[in-house]
Amino acid sequence: MAGSMLSLRRVGKTWTPEGRAPVEALRDFTLDVAPGEFVVFLGPSGCGKSTLLYMIAGLEDVSAGFIEQDGISVSEPSAERGLIFQEASLFPWLTIVDNVAFGLSIQGEPQEKRRRIASEILRSVGLGDMLDKKPDELSGGMRQRAACARALAMRPKVLMMDEPFAALDVQTRAKMQDFLLQIWRDSGASIILVTHSIDEAIALADRVVVFTARPGQVKEIVPIDLPRPRPARDPRYHAYRDRFTELLAAEVDRAFAEQEVR
Amino acid sequence: MSSNVDTLGGRPGKGGGFALPPALRRHLATLFWGLASIGLFGGLWELAWALDWANPLLLPPPHLFLADIPGTLSYFAYDNKVGHRGGPGTIFSLLKTMGWTTMRVVLGLFLGFSIGVAVGATIHYVRIVRNLVMPTVLLLAPISPVAWLPVAIFVFGIGDVPAIFLVFITVFFAIVLSTVSQIESVPKNYLHVARIMGASEHQTFWRVILPSILPSLFMTVRLNLFAAWMVVLIAEAVGVGTGLGQITSMARATFNAKLVFFTMAVIGLLGFTFDWALRNIQKRMLWWVAPGQGGR
Repeated sequence: MAGSMLSLRRVGKTWTPEGRAPVEALRDFTLDVAPGEFVVFLGPSGCGKSTLLYMIAGLEDVSAGFIEQDGISVSEPSAERGLIFQEASLFPWLTIVDNVAFGLSIQGEPQEKRRRIASEILRSVGLGDMLDKKPDELSGGMRQRAACARALAMRPKVLMMDEPFAALDVQTRAKMQDFLLQIWRDSGASIILVTHSIDEAIALADRVVVFTARPGQVKEIVPIDLPRPRPARDPRYHAYRDRFTELLAAEVDRAFAEQEVR
Repeated sequence: MSSNVDTLGGRPGKGGGFALPPALRRHLATLFWGLASIGLFGGLWELAWALDWANPLLLPPPHLFLADIPGTLSYFAYDNKVGHRGGPGTIFSLLKTMGWTTMRVVLGLFLGFSIGVAVGATIHYVRIVRNLVMPTVLLLAPISPVAWLPVAIFVFGIGDVPAIFLVFITVFFAIVLSTVSQIESVPKNYLHVARIMGASEHQTFWRVILPSILPSLFMTVRLNLFAAWMVVLIAEAVGVGTGLGQITSMARATFNAKLVFFTMAVIGLLGFTFDWALRNIQKRMLWWVAPGQGGR
């Protein structure tokens, strides 16, 4: 498909835990992500949205269908598809600047160039005076920004985030959303963000992909046609929120019912 | 005494006039309590002697076994014959004896650590090695290092090597097992990051796995340090030819209680210094580990 950077075609994932019945986590998932697009995966917990992210990253195998980036099948991880976790997962034995430069040093870039690029990026995410600090000297929000900087240093085409703000408090979370929109505009990369927060989805996304309960399928893809920034007072914002609440409620009910049966 | 405690450990402002920086005050307090503790211990001992409860032949108190230091030192200048007194002892002969023992401990720890990590990593990465080696390691690990002593002497004869070997055995199995289990518990996300950044297996091991398991491996070494000291003394006592263990053994054989306690004091001091040194190495090398998370 023209104009698509990432193509998912009928992607499925089935886990086979040892000695137990196979579990179908994801079924028939088809989606295209355009270059520079901001896509949010929204769904009840356990619906396979994080699994799908790991599959796009190349960290998990695909059980059915295929995933392509720029027309090439995804078979293993690449720094072009950066991934950010719920915990920043910075290496505690490296300073912030060395953490951000880690990927560059793996690529064999010389020390000076690494440091220059890494400190430039750290400045752009507002951590210019934290270069030589240890990760545990930073607050949770700062650590997560450093993790973004580490991914951005590799100039990714898509930045994937697995509930990156779930561990942060509400105020920090709001700040981080603004920050995310800023790096999205600056970097020009596509972003795929996994969340179970409806407000986060409406505040950020170009398109919201709503997942069904397990096995995860596309329930609905909802484009958010609101100019950013999107104040929560806007009546159109409310309309979106009602719609997502309704969509999700049905799935949460189904997930609950299924757990009761088991 | 009690006013001293107040100024050293007490709150700032109290008593007035004294405005030591907090770090210095903490150090002074530690030093004070350390001295007080040792003083109390020695004092009770001296008291037991003064009241004639402790036989000075069997349990000579500190002022007796520390009295004739040049005389005691002459035992350290001997040439490996039981009861033999060499020429006039100097501080250098004592330091030399301490040096031999220390060298054996350091070499044993170093070899045990590095070979242990290498074997542990091989067990982790190579399935056939894991299947073949792991059961034997689990079987051998619980055997007390002291039980290896005859084996060490059969194989390596009398000399330095059996003592070093015993220290090696003391840490080796612990390090192998610790390496295997620690590699498995490296946070998944660290490995994910390495893979996404395109690190090879080799790079991932040296730059992600090793630094992430190093703190707990170092802790394993520190926990086994006292066992290492124990076995080195036993090995020396049984027949290495030099070292503090040999002196203790000779002192026992010649019923020289003063020498026994003097040597014990030296051993105690050396063990303490060792632990302190390892703690400082840990702080320097593993600076990212916060105090309280195995960092102290």
